[in-house]
Amino acid sequence: MPSCLSWLQNRSLVSTAGLYAFGLSSDAINLLSVNQSAKALFQAMDSLLSPEGDSQRTQYPYVTGTSVIGIKYKDGILMAADMGGSYGSTIRYKSVERLKQVGKHSLLGASGEISDFQEILKYLDELILHDNMWDDGNSLGPKEVHNYLTRVMYNRRNKFDPLWNSLVIGGVKNGQKYLGSVSMIGVHFEDDHVATGFGNHLARPILREEWREDLSFEEGVKLLEKCMRNLLYRDRSAVNKLQIAKITEEGLTISQPYSLKTFWNFAAFQNPTVGAEGSW
Amino acid sequence: MPKEHANWSPYDNNGGTCVAIAGADYCVIAADTRMSTGYSILTRDYSKICKLKLESLMEKRIRNWLFAYLGVELASQSFRRIKDKCDFQVYLCRFMVWEYLRADKSFMASSGFQADVKALQKVLSSRHLIYQHQHNKQMSCPAMAQLLSNTLYYKRFFPYYAFNVLGGLDSEGKGCVFTYDAVGSYERVGYSAQGSGATLITPFLDNQLKSPSPLLLPAKDAVTPLSEAEAIDLVKTCFSSATERDIYTVSSYILVFSFSYAFALSRGVNESSRDQKINTRLELD
Amino acid sequence: MFRNQYDTDVTTWSPAGRLFQVEYAMEAVKQGSAAIGLRSKTHVVLACVNKANSELSSHQRKIFKVDDHIGVAIAGLTADGRVLSRYMRSECINYGYTYESPLPVGRLVVQLADKAQLNHKACGVAARPVGNVDGIPFTPGSTFLTLKSHFTCWQVCTQRSWKRPYGVGLLVAGLDESGAHLYYNCPSGNYFEYQAFAIGSRSQAAKTYLERKFENFTGSSRDELIKDALFAIRETLQGEKLTSSVCTVAVVGVGEAFNILDQATVQALINEFEISGEEGPANESVAEEAGGDAGGAAPTEAGAATEQETAPMDI
Repeated sequence: MPSCLSWLQNRSLVSTAGLYAFGLSSDAINLLSVNQSAKALFQAMDSLLSPEGDSQRTQYPYVTGTSVIGIKYKDGILMAADMGGSYGSTIRYKSVERLKQVGKHSLLGASGEISDFQEILKYLDELILHDNMWDDGNSLGPKEVHNYLTRVMYNRRNKFDPLWNSLVIGGVKNGQKYLGSVSMIGVHFEDDHVATGFGNHLARPILREEWREDLSFEEGVKLLEKCMRNLLYRDRSAVNKLQIAKITEEGLTISQPYSLKTFWNFAAFQNPTVGAEGSW
Repeated sequence: MPKEHANWSPYDNNGGTCVAIAGADYCVIAADTRMSTGYSILTRDYSKICKLKLESLMEKRIRNWLFAYLGVELASQSFRRIKDKCDFQVYLCRFMVWEYLRADKSFMASSGFQADVKALQKVLSSRHLIYQHQHNKQMSCPAMAQLLSNTLYYKRFFPYYAFNVLGGLDSEGKGCVFTYDAVGSYERVGYSAQGSGATLITPFLDNQLKSPSPLLLPAKDAVTPLSEAEAIDLVKTCFSSATERDIYTVSSYILVFSFSYAFALSRGVNESSRDQKINTRLELD
Repeated sequence: MFRNQYDTDVTTWSPAGRLFQVEYAMEAVKQGSAAIGLRSKTHVVLACVNKANSELSSHQRKIFKVDDHIGVAIAGLTADGRVLSRYMRSECINYGYTYESPLPVGRLVVQLADKAQLNHKACGVAARPVGNVDGIPFTPGSTFLTLKSHFTCWQVCTQRSWKRPYGVGLLVAGLDESGAHLYYNCPSGNYFEYQAFAIGSRSQAAKTYLERKFENFTGSSRDELIKDALFAIRETLQGEKLTSSVCTVAVVGVGEAFNILDQATVQALINEFEISGEEGPANESVAEEAGGDAGGAAPTEAGAATEQETAPMDI
């Protein structure tokens, strides 16, 4: 049992719960898992009972980034995110980079708590460093990175200490395009286009209408800009300074920050209550 | 004082419906492919059905069988190439049915919290792999049923929010369905529905299948008298109906795995909301 | 002959810079029945000789599936081999759990080799570099943990002092994105990649056969590899008849998960290639008889002992 106990205490990021125990008796496994979950529960109760200020776990985010949108296109993946960082309803930061490269083949975009995202980047740096240190011709692709991050997010939620992010992971490896998403509690999926937060409400309907498998780069960028402009109009924490990233078999490029042309003189914008009877 | 910030929950319900029906020599298991959170759809093509790893073993057995019957020359060609030759498909199908019956395996369909479901699937398939290493065979469906129950119960005090049906064939080749709650209580039944549409589908199945009461003594067999094709049709009807009232279920795209066709899984594309035609494609692989 | 003072435990060096316990472990590999491996660009074939301990007993399994893309053949102490292949299986499962992709063969081989090292170092546990993010082990947490459980759970009975090297050699066959691979893992913790290799008793004969043929292996088909594997195995039999009951063959390759061929299949191949008996391609076996193995039917391998210039036992 000493090994089991130390396992419990070990704060492994991606614990494989129960699998290492296959050398142990089933009673041991039983004890172990029940123990572990009971512990998690007690800790959770603890944090609910005590004033939040004492908690060493995340209860709410401080500085957050808003939506990220990712699409597959003819040659790879395109992703867009603006550069705002909101402190509650204040736009506190205006040059936050939320699209980052991971290894040779992957691109990561994040919405949610910026500090948690930067912590995740540290994990990934180390992951990729260790992967490169083998220097054996094998490398982690977007699928592996997505899965790893899913494990990280899910394990943190199991500890009632979530990383407050929704992540979008895209990439190309061996001619295979990959685009997926993970939420702060570990819900994950792949799709041809994904969007986090407000983007899931405002951008994905557009993408469902207009996305095609064989979008060219120009068409893809245009589509993303259309989505981002929509978000800019309707999402109060969106800012008009964004980056678009492209990843293909050839490599990754992240654009310089730029702004979208906007038009605010729509009648509905100038007098929103016209035609909305019963409102102010 | 009201809270000013968002709170979070470790659980979510990602919706979806799973149905399984056991027959005398088959088992049909089906689920829709929508994944949602709240009123939003996350993706429209997510499989809730988990195959418990079996391909490599099947391939090996098939090759060995080919060795025995067709000689080294043919069998040495890769399995995939042989499969492409339609002449052999008939043989292969028949063979696979036979092998499949003998090797009784199981499929699990789950709805609930997707992250928990995935973790559960991963634990189960890893345990299944270990079982295969240690015993050199597939786990039987009833064994997998017990393992699933134990796995769920291990997390009794921080449960997997997962609602499962497990379908397969038992050691006699008879269809079996096991149905669960989130903490591991389970029962062998003739049919079951789980997930957001379960409340709509279960009474419908009760009415249609008229299976003998489990209270009868001596116990009567719970498997349905329907033919396999009828069962598949019934499953599709279930989804068409549930779709009408449950926003988390869609009939436009469901996955149907049927067992006595062995590997041949059918992917039912059901456009019921427009016209009542239902296309079924049977395909190998 | 006087007793060697430097061979009582693995932590004592001889003045000549040798660790005798390790060398003895390598001897154990030579005592085991033969195992061979060979690879083409797309496939790796493992084969081994099954030797029963007595007329009345069955033989020990010597080839193990580790995962769909990796398998091992062992020679030496089969008990140690089982422990190590269980370790390898668990590493593969854990990697698959974290990344949903197969563990690259070369990486598993290095971890395995490190384990051999750890085992005969006095302090075993803290060994593999584990990246740290505020006290959190970074590499999936796996290596670290599994090692511990190995020490406490499995090795306690036979290796309480933690001072015995593993007495087994492993031929590791596998496939990953950089192609098909064949590695040999030695009890010393050394590992080598090979085009073809043979270990165990009378393996020299097989090695000679493989050395003569290996240049053609790269382009070989799966069946040609199996054929060469059977020929190589036959070389180690010293005139004994090759039947499916005295050998096991396993394959892994592109589009083919690691699998151990069943007896009927192997017998069919033996018959097909007509390699059962001594007759074979006559000139080949004659060459073997002459050059390959001086030891003849002697149970221990005299040939190998002489080529080592000093037998480690007496100095």
